[in-house]
Amino acid sequence: MKVTVERAQLLKSLSHVHRVVERRNTIPILGNVLIRAENARLSLKATDLDLEVTETLAAEVGTAGSTTVPAHMFYDIVRKLPDGSQIVLEADGDRSVMAIRAGRSRFTLQTLPENDFPDLAAGEMTHSFALPASDVKRLIDRTQFAISTEETRYYLNGIYLHAAGTATAATLRAVATDGHRLAQIDLKLPKGADGMPGVIVPRKTVGEVQRLIEDLEAEITIELSQGKIRFTLGNVVLTSKLIDGTFPDYGRVIPQNNDKELVIDKKDFENAVDRVSTISSERGRAVKLALSAGKLVLSVTNPDSGSATEELEVEYASDALDIGFNSRYLLDIAAQIEGEVAVLRLADPGSPTLVQDKDAKGALYVLMPMRV
Amino acid sequence: MSSSPAELSGPRCFCRDCLVDLDARVKRCTSCGSPRLVRHHALPSLTLAHIDCDAFYATVEKRDNPDIVDRPVIIGGGKRGVVSAACYIARTYGVRSAMPMFKALDLCPDAVVVRPDMAKYVRVGREVRHAMQALTPLVEPLSIDEAFLDLSGTQRVHGMIPAKVLAKFAADIERTVGITVSVGLSVNKFLAKIASDLDKPRGFATLDQEDAVAMLADRPVSFIYGVGPATAEKLSQRGFRKISDLQRADETDLMKQFGGEGRRLWRLARGIDDRLVVADRGAKTISNETTFNEDIRDYATLEKILWRLSEKVSSRLKSSELSGTTVTLKLKTADFRQRTRSQSIQSPTQMAARIFDISREMLAKEIDGTAFRLIGTGVSALKPGNEAGDDNMLDRRSSHAERAMDDLRKKFGSAAVIRGIAYDGPEKPRT
Repeated sequence: MKVTVERAQLLKSLSHVHRVVERRNTIPILGNVLIRAENARLSLKATDLDLEVTETLAAEVGTAGSTTVPAHMFYDIVRKLPDGSQIVLEADGDRSVMAIRAGRSRFTLQTLPENDFPDLAAGEMTHSFALPASDVKRLIDRTQFAISTEETRYYLNGIYLHAAGTATAATLRAVATDGHRLAQIDLKLPKGADGMPGVIVPRKTVGEVQRLIEDLEAEITIELSQGKIRFTLGNVVLTSKLIDGTFPDYGRVIPQNNDKELVIDKKDFENAVDRVSTISSERGRAVKLALSAGKLVLSVTNPDSGSATEELEVEYASDALDIGFNSRYLLDIAAQIEGEVAVLRLADPGSPTLVQDKDAKGALYVLMPMRV
Repeated sequence: MSSSPAELSGPRCFCRDCLVDLDARVKRCTSCGSPRLVRHHALPSLTLAHIDCDAFYATVEKRDNPDIVDRPVIIGGGKRGVVSAACYIARTYGVRSAMPMFKALDLCPDAVVVRPDMAKYVRVGREVRHAMQALTPLVEPLSIDEAFLDLSGTQRVHGMIPAKVLAKFAADIERTVGITVSVGLSVNKFLAKIASDLDKPRGFATLDQEDAVAMLADRPVSFIYGVGPATAEKLSQRGFRKISDLQRADETDLMKQFGGEGRRLWRLARGIDDRLVVADRGAKTISNETTFNEDIRDYATLEKILWRLSEKVSSRLKSSELSGTTVTLKLKTADFRQRTRSQSIQSPTQMAARIFDISREMLAKEIDGTAFRLIGTGVSALKPGNEAGDDNMLDRRSSHAERAMDDLRKKFGSAAVIRGIAYDGPEKPRT
C-alpha cells in the first residue's frame, strides 16, 4: 500500500474515528484503526465491537492495499506533523510495519493484519430515512441528560427512538429516562420511518453522533434494523449495535391530570435554583419549592453549612404546595427549555411534575420530586 | 496537644480506688491500702486517652450469666465461624479472636461457647460511649468497645486532672455497667493506644514521649500500626528490624527511601503523632455478612441469603436515616479467598430491593461453580437519608411496597410480612 494524503484532511478524519477506540484494550486489534487505500480514496475505520465509524477521504493512491495501526498513536503523530504537509503512508505486505512520512519526519508503526480486524456485520437494514442534522442534534441534545448510567437497568442506558403520535400526526419520538427524570422530543415522522421498530440507541453512540454533527444544514441518513442502526453524515458512516432490551412503558409516567400550573421565566428560575443550591455541599441536595398565589419561594437547607432562600414572582393561582426536587435534576431540565417561559404542571409532593416550554415545541420533561 | 501551665499543676500520684492524692514514693494507698496506684512524673500533662473494654463480648456474657464467670468463654458462631471474642481465661489456652472455631475448641475443649448477641453488645457499647461523652465532646470511637478521648482543657470543668477523671470513669463503668475497661493515658493517639494494652485487663497505664522512646526501642518495626508483613519485609531489607533502628535513622534519609511513609515511621518511632481526635466520624459503610455452615455454590441459595442481608442493611440505613451510593458485594471462597465487587449508583438508596438488585447482579457474575463460605453486602458513600433517590417513576410500586412493609413490621414485628424470595413455603406434612 502506498498513499499520499493531505495532513489537514487526514487529521480531521482521524479525529472522528479514533475516539471510538477505547484507551485500554485487552484485544490488541481493537486499539487499531483499519486503513484501506483504493480507487483514489483512503478509508479509515475504528470499532469497539459495539460501534464502528468509517470515514473516507480523497487521496492519491499509488498502490492499493490495507493495514491496521494503533489508532491513538497514529492520531498523535498526524496531529504533531506540520500544518499543510503531505503525508505518505506506506506499508508492504511482508514487513509488519507502516511508514509515515511527511517532510523530513519519518515514523514507522507496527501493524496488525487487516484480516483480524472485526467487522460489525450490519446485515440488512429494514428502514431508511433522512433528517436535517439540526433535528438530529436537537433530538440528542434535549434527551441525552436523562439517559441512565446505572448498569442494572441496561435498557435505560440509551435513547429510545420510535414512531409515535397519531395516524394524522405521526412523529419520530426520542425518549430517555433514568427513573428520576424523563425527556421526550417529537419530530414530524420522516418518510421511510413508517413502521420502524422501536430501538434503544446506546449512550456512547448518541454521544459520537452528536460530536460528528458539524454542519447543521446537512442531511443525516439513518438506517436501522432490529439489531443495528447506521448514521451517514457526508463521508462518515457510523454503525452501532442497539441495546437489546425492552424500553419500559414510559407513557404511564407522563402525568396527564396535573392541575396546578406554574408559569415562570426560564432564566430567572434557572438562576435562582443555581443560586440557592450553592449552599448544598454536594450537587443533588433537595431544593424546596414553596408555591402560593403569585409567589414561589425556593429554599435549600444544609445542616453542615447554612441555608438559602429566594423569592420569585410567578404565575400561579392554585392551592399552596410545597414540593422538593433534586437541584441538579431541576437545573438539567431548566437548561433544556428553549424558549423564555417554562410551564410546570404539578400534582402533589409525591407525584411526577411535568415541565414544558410555554409554546410546547414538541418537547416535554418529567421530574420526580424528592421527599423533603 | 499543647498543655497550658494550669494543666501541669496537680498530683503526680493517686489511688485508683479512692482517688486520694498520694506521695509518689508510697507503695500502697495510705488511705485505703489499695496497691492500684497511678504514678507518673508528668501526670497532669497526659490528656489523651485510649479506652478499651476488656474482652468485651465475653465480659458482657459473664456479667449476664454468673455460672460462667469462672469458666473459659468463647463468643463465636457455629462450627464454621470464627472466634469473635475470648475471655481472659480462654486466652490462657491460646485462644485468640479471629481464630477459626474448630481450632479454638481444639485448644480449649472445655470452653463455653456463646453465640454472639450483637444487639446486646451494641446496647452496652452505647452505654459506655455515652459515659465517655459525658467526660469530653472529643470522643472518637474506633469500634463498638474502644475509643480515643481528648481530655485536654477539661481539668477545670472536672475539678481534677484527666488521669483522675479516667480512673473514676473506669470505676463508674464497673459499678454501673458491670464490665471492666483498660485505660491508656498519654500525649497522643499512637502512644495512648499502646498504653491501653500494657496493663490489661482492668488496667491503667501512662506513657509520655520519653517513656515511649525507651519502651519502643526493642520492639520490632511491625509493632507500629500500619506496618504489616510486606512493609516489615521491605524495612528489614534496608536494615530496619527494630524500632530502635528507625529511631537512629535520619528523617530525610527515611523519607528518601520510603517517601511520606518514611516520615511517618520516623515520627512514630519517636512517639510523635499529631493526629487529632475527631469526634463522631459517623459510619462510613453499613454492611452485613454471614458465614455458612456448609459451603454453597448454588445461585438460588446465595440469592436468598443475599436478600435477607440486603434487608438487614436496608433496615439499618433506614433506622439511622442514611442512604448511600456505593453497593459492595463480598464473597469468600471455600479456600478463604476474598472477592469484593462494588458498584456506584446514580442516586443514593436505602431500599432493600435496590441494594439486593445491584448486589444480585454482581453475584450472578461470580457464580462459576466456586464454593463460597461467606457472603455479605454493604452500602457506603453514605449520605443523609433524605437525599435518597428511591422514588423511581418507572417503578413507583416497589418503594411504596417496601415502605408499606416497613410500616407493617413496625407495628406487628419483623415476621408480619416477608417478601416471596424469603418465603420457605408452608410447613409440609412429611410423607
